[in-house]
Amino acid sequence: MKHVIETKEVAGSPNYHLTSWKKLVDWAVNQSRANSLWPMPFGTACCAIEFMATAASRYDIARFGMERQAFSPRQADVLICAGRLPFKLAPVIRRIYDQMPQPKWVISMGACASSGGIFDNYAMVQGIDTIVPVDVYVPGCPPRPEGLLYGILLLHKKIKGESLFDAVRRRDEQLLDEHGLRLPPAEIDEVSEPFGNSVHQFRSA
Amino acid sequence: MNPTARALEATFGNAIGRARDMRDGWTSVVVRADRLTDVMTWLRDTPEHRYDYLVDVTAVEYRDRERPLEVVYQLRSLERKANLRVKVELDPRGELAVDSVTPLWAGADWLEREVYDMFGIVFAGHPDLRRILMWETYAEGYPLRKDFPLRGRFSRAEQVRQALNTNPEANYSMEELSIAESYDELPADMRERLRRGERGNVRESQ
Repeated sequence: MKHVIETKEVAGSPNYHLTSWKKLVDWAVNQSRANSLWPMPFGTACCAIEFMATAASRYDIARFGMERQAFSPRQADVLICAGRLPFKLAPVIRRIYDQMPQPKWVISMGACASSGGIFDNYAMVQGIDTIVPVDVYVPGCPPRPEGLLYGILLLHKKIKGESLFDAVRRRDEQLLDEHGLRLPPAEIDEVSEPFGNSVHQFRSA
Repeated sequence: MNPTARALEATFGNAIGRARDMRDGWTSVVVRADRLTDVMTWLRDTPEHRYDYLVDVTAVEYRDRERPLEVVYQLRSLERKANLRVKVELDPRGELAVDSVTPLWAGADWLEREVYDMFGIVFAGHPDLRRILMWETYAEGYPLRKDFPLRGRFSRAEQVRQALNTNPEANYSMEELSIAESYDELPADMRERLRRGERGNVRESQ
């Protein structure tokens, strides 16, 4: 597992980064951001129990800079959706996401949050990526704490690869299109097909 | 056989349908829908029966289309430690309506709202009959009916669109929030929404 987590040259010696002041700024900013993430736990089901185990002393996500759980979206960096999301909660998680200050990331924890899981029925959102943009999907039902920690480390890796100097803003607030979706249906199907339920492969249909 | 069942037959005659002992030890009595309030009042208030606790209100629709849809009331007498199950049969092709028992047991309020939400059975005389699990603008029908498809009637995209268009604050009434006393401290826009009683686009038929 270790070789997957390792970053390339980004976290290397400062001498490397002195060749470019932009890279040095990115390095400093990204190190700060990645190592002091404040999670906003959005726990709706059994994944939230596993999240509590992850936050407790045995697994201890404080080791990864997540000491402070932000139960207010306005002081949070990472939205961790732990558990299934019914349609009734869809506007709630959308508003929570909108209330979080930039930059912000989302971890979709567990099968239900990622794809609807076994709840392929009238009441359940088939993957929260139809509501908010997701950075890391953690599979499992529920994922073990090691799985969530691995997802958090992947998010660290992603954050350390970002740059302040991109031409576009990192995360524009995306308006819903005429289908009412954050992404076009075809794109959702393309992204989500491996997650699809066995009898109902396309989540946008 | 629960002695109450025989007493019911003696008192109400043909308003009482078949009474059976079920395998779970309860006695099940079928009551005609138009006499439900009389029977329930009698069960609650007669001193030797006194079913003072309404355990549950639910409904059953059978896969057999010929069988009527049943509204089930589970009653318990706390002092006599006796149970009774009262059923009302409704023709699914006709109007699904039955009198509310909320005036008799206040606890039936949310139970009847849930049955209304899931089966579409209208409880006449209920003080606040609106959906309780699904949001109030939910337009796909009644999810626990047998003719309701598992994934709902609309496409996933339409379901997401409708869900995102609902206002989460509109799911609560003033009474539920118990904010009558702190009303003045609310933000002005929320106060305005609550004053108008906004619930999104509730269809006219509801």
